[in-house]
Amino acid sequence: MLETVWFIIWGVAWAVYFMLDGFDLGLGTLFPFLTRSEADKRVVINAMGPFWDGNEVWLITAGGVTFAAFPRTYAVMFSSLYTPLLLLLFALILRGVAFEFRGKVDSPAWRRTWDVCLVAGSFLPALLLGVAFANIFQGLPIDAAGVLHGNLLTLLNPYGLAGGLTFVLVFGVHGLLWLATRSEGALQARAGDLARKLWLAEAALAVVFLAMTWFSTPLWRNVLARPYLLPLPGLAVAGLLAARVWIGRAAWWKAWFASSCLILGTVLFGVAGLFPNLLPSSLDPQASLTAFNSASSPLTLEIMLGVVLCFLPVVIGYQLWVFLTFRDPVTPASIHDGPAY
Amino acid sequence: MNVLDLSRLQFAVATYFHFLFVPLTLGLSMLVAIMETLYVRGRDPDYKRMTQFWGKLFLINFAIGIVTGITLEFQFGTNWSRYSAYVGDIFGSLLAIEATVAFFLESTFIAVWFFGWNKLSPVAHRRVAWLVAIASNLSAFWILVANAWMQHPTGFVLRHGRAELSSFLAVVTQRFAILEFVHTLGGAYTLAGLFVLGISAWHLARRREVAFFKKSFRVAAAWTLVFALFEIAQGHMNAEILQTAQPTKLAAMEAHWVTGRQAPINLVAWPDPAGERNSVQALAVPGALSLMAGYSLDTEVKGLKDYPADQRPPVLPVFLSFRLMVGLAFLFLAVALYAFLKRAGIERQTRFLRFLPWMIPLPYLANTVGWTIAELGRQPWIVYGIMRTRDAVSPIQTVQVATSLAAFVLVYGLLGAADFYLLFKFARKGPDPLTAR
Repeated sequence: MLETVWFIIWGVAWAVYFMLDGFDLGLGTLFPFLTRSEADKRVVINAMGPFWDGNEVWLITAGGVTFAAFPRTYAVMFSSLYTPLLLLLFALILRGVAFEFRGKVDSPAWRRTWDVCLVAGSFLPALLLGVAFANIFQGLPIDAAGVLHGNLLTLLNPYGLAGGLTFVLVFGVHGLLWLATRSEGALQARAGDLARKLWLAEAALAVVFLAMTWFSTPLWRNVLARPYLLPLPGLAVAGLLAARVWIGRAAWWKAWFASSCLILGTVLFGVAGLFPNLLPSSLDPQASLTAFNSASSPLTLEIMLGVVLCFLPVVIGYQLWVFLTFRDPVTPASIHDGPAY
Repeated sequence: MNVLDLSRLQFAVATYFHFLFVPLTLGLSMLVAIMETLYVRGRDPDYKRMTQFWGKLFLINFAIGIVTGITLEFQFGTNWSRYSAYVGDIFGSLLAIEATVAFFLESTFIAVWFFGWNKLSPVAHRRVAWLVAIASNLSAFWILVANAWMQHPTGFVLRHGRAELSSFLAVVTQRFAILEFVHTLGGAYTLAGLFVLGISAWHLARRREVAFFKKSFRVAAAWTLVFALFEIAQGHMNAEILQTAQPTKLAAMEAHWVTGRQAPINLVAWPDPAGERNSVQALAVPGALSLMAGYSLDTEVKGLKDYPADQRPPVLPVFLSFRLMVGLAFLFLAVALYAFLKRAGIERQTRFLRFLPWMIPLPYLANTVGWTIAELGRQPWIVYGIMRTRDAVSPIQTVQVATSLAAFVLVYGLLGAADFYLLFKFARKGPDPLTAR
C-alpha cells in the first residue's frame, strides 16, 4: 500500500515537473524563432524569469523521491542512463546560468553566447527527457545485476526518438501559450500564431506516438486492464483538443491550462501504464525494478510520506502565490522600470 | 585510471567547485537580509543601496551554486549506484527532505526577491530576504546531516542486504551532524564577512563612496569577528568528537602514529606513511593532543598504527590541510579583530585597506582544505566503518566517466571564469548612484 502511494507520488512529481518546466524548456527552444529584436528577447526571458528556478526544483524533487522511496531504482536508472543524464545536467546548468549572466555585460557577443546556451540548454533537456521516458516505457536492456547492456545509441531507437520529438513539440506549444499569456502586441500575436501552426504538428505527432505506444510498450494493455485509469489518456486527448479551441479564441490562459492537462494526462497515463514497474527490463521481466522490489523500508516510506504531506501543500501554496504575483504581462516598459534579467 | 578513480576525481571536481559558491551564499544571504532589515527600520537609502549592491554580487554567485548542486545529487545515482542502493533508505531520504523543505523555498523566493522590488511592500520584501537566507541555511543543514551520516553512521540496522533506517531522530539530531553544521556555517560566515570587508576596503582605499563602504565595513567587521572567534572555539569540539567517532581521521590530521596517553602535538612534523612515522618531528607540546581530545592528559588517543594500512586515510594531504586550516583560522581572527577595532576611522588605515582585498581568496582556501580533511580523512570508507568507497561505484564504462570528467572540467572551468569575471566587474563598479527609483 505504502509502495503504491509512493509510486503515485513519484509519477505526480514527474508530471508536475514537465507541466511547469515544460513551458520554460519549450520557450527556450523556440527562442530564436520568436524574437526579432533585443527587446523581444528580453520579454521572452523575463516571461520565464520569476519561475524557471522554482520549476526546476520539481526535477530535483522527482529525483529525490526516486532516491528516497526507491533507492534501487534510482541507482540502476541513473547509472544506466549515465550519458543522457549528464548531458541533461550540463544543459540545465547552461540554461540556468544563461538567465542570470546574459544581461550582465553589455556586449552583443556575450549575449549571443548565452542565447546559444539558453536554446541548447532548453532543447536538449526536452529531447533527452522524452527519449529517456519513452525508453523507460518500453523497457531498458538491464540484467538482474542492474547493468545496462547497451549505450546511448540503444536509446535512440524509433520509439525513443518519437518520445523525444513529442516532448519537444508539446513543450514548444506549452511555452508559446505561456508567452501569449505574459506578453502583449506583436510578440503575443507571433506566439499565438506559431502555437496555432505548431499545434497541427503536435497533434499529428501525438497520434503517431500513442499509436507507437500500442506496438512498442505494454502501457495501453495495462491501462485497458484497469478501466478506471482511462480518464488519464482521456485528460490528455481532451487537453490537446481544448487547447486548439482556446487558441482559436485567443483565450491564452485557458489554452495554457488545456496544454497543462495534456502534459499531466500523458505523463500520468504513461506512469500508470508502467505500474508496478518503475524501470522494466527488456531482457528479463524478473530483472525489472518495481515499486515493491526496490522500495525503501516501511519506516522510511512512512516518515517521508509525513514530510511530503506536510510540506508539498505549502510548496504548492507559495508557488501559486508567486504565479499570481507575477501574472501581469511583461513589456519593454515594465522591463525598463523594474528589476529584470 | 579506472571507473573508481575517475568517479572519485569527478566527484571531487564537482564538489570542490560547488563549494566555491556555497559559503558565500550562506553568509551573504544573511548579511544582505541584515542590511535590508537596517534599511526597513531606519529608511536610510544607503542601506537600500547596500542591500542591492551586495545582493547583486550574491545573485551572481548564487546562480552557479544552485546549478552545480543539482549534479551532485544526481551523481550519487550515476557514479555511485551501489552506494545509493545500499544506503538510499537513509541518505536518499535526507536529500529528498532537503529538496522539499529547503530547496523549493530558496529557489522560489530568490526570484521573488529579485523581481519583487516594486511588487511587494518594503516589509514584505525584507521578509522574503530572510526567507531566502533561512532556506539556504536550512538546505545546508539537511545536506550536512546526510554527510554526517556518511562520517558517523547512526540510527540504522543492516537488513535485507542494505542499511535501513531504525531511528530518524538519531540520524537528524546526532551530535556529529550538529557540530558539522555549525562548523560549516562558521566557515561560510567568515568567508562572507571577509568578502565584504575586502571589497569595501578596495573602494575605501580609493576614496570611493566612503560613507557607503564604511557602513558595509562596519556591519561586516562585527560579523566577521564573531564568526572567526566562534569557528576556532567550535572547531575544537570537532576534534574532540573525532576521537571517538573517527579516530583514523584525527590521527591522520595530527600525523599521530602510536596509541598512547599524554599524546603530544608536534608543531613541526612531516609524515612518512611508508615508514609509519614522521620523518621530521620537532617542537612537541607534551600532552596537548590528549588534552584537546578529552580535556585530560590521560586521554588515550589512537594512533594510525593501531589500524591496518588499508584502513588508514592518505595521511599527508589530510595532515597538511589541517595545519593550513588552523593557521588560516587564526589569521582570520587577527584580521577581523584589527578591522573591528579600527572600524571607526578605517578610511585612514591605508595600508590595511590595501592589504584586505588580498585576503579574499584565503577563506575560500580554508573552506576547501576543511572539506579535504572531512572527505579524504574518511577514506577508505564512503560510509565510515560500513562501506568502502571502492565497493560503492557504479557498473559503468571507463570511457563514459572519462568523457564526463573532461566535460566537467571544461564546462566548470568556463563557468567559473565567467562568474569570477562578473563578480570582479560588479564589485569594482561599486553601487549604483542614488536615484529616484
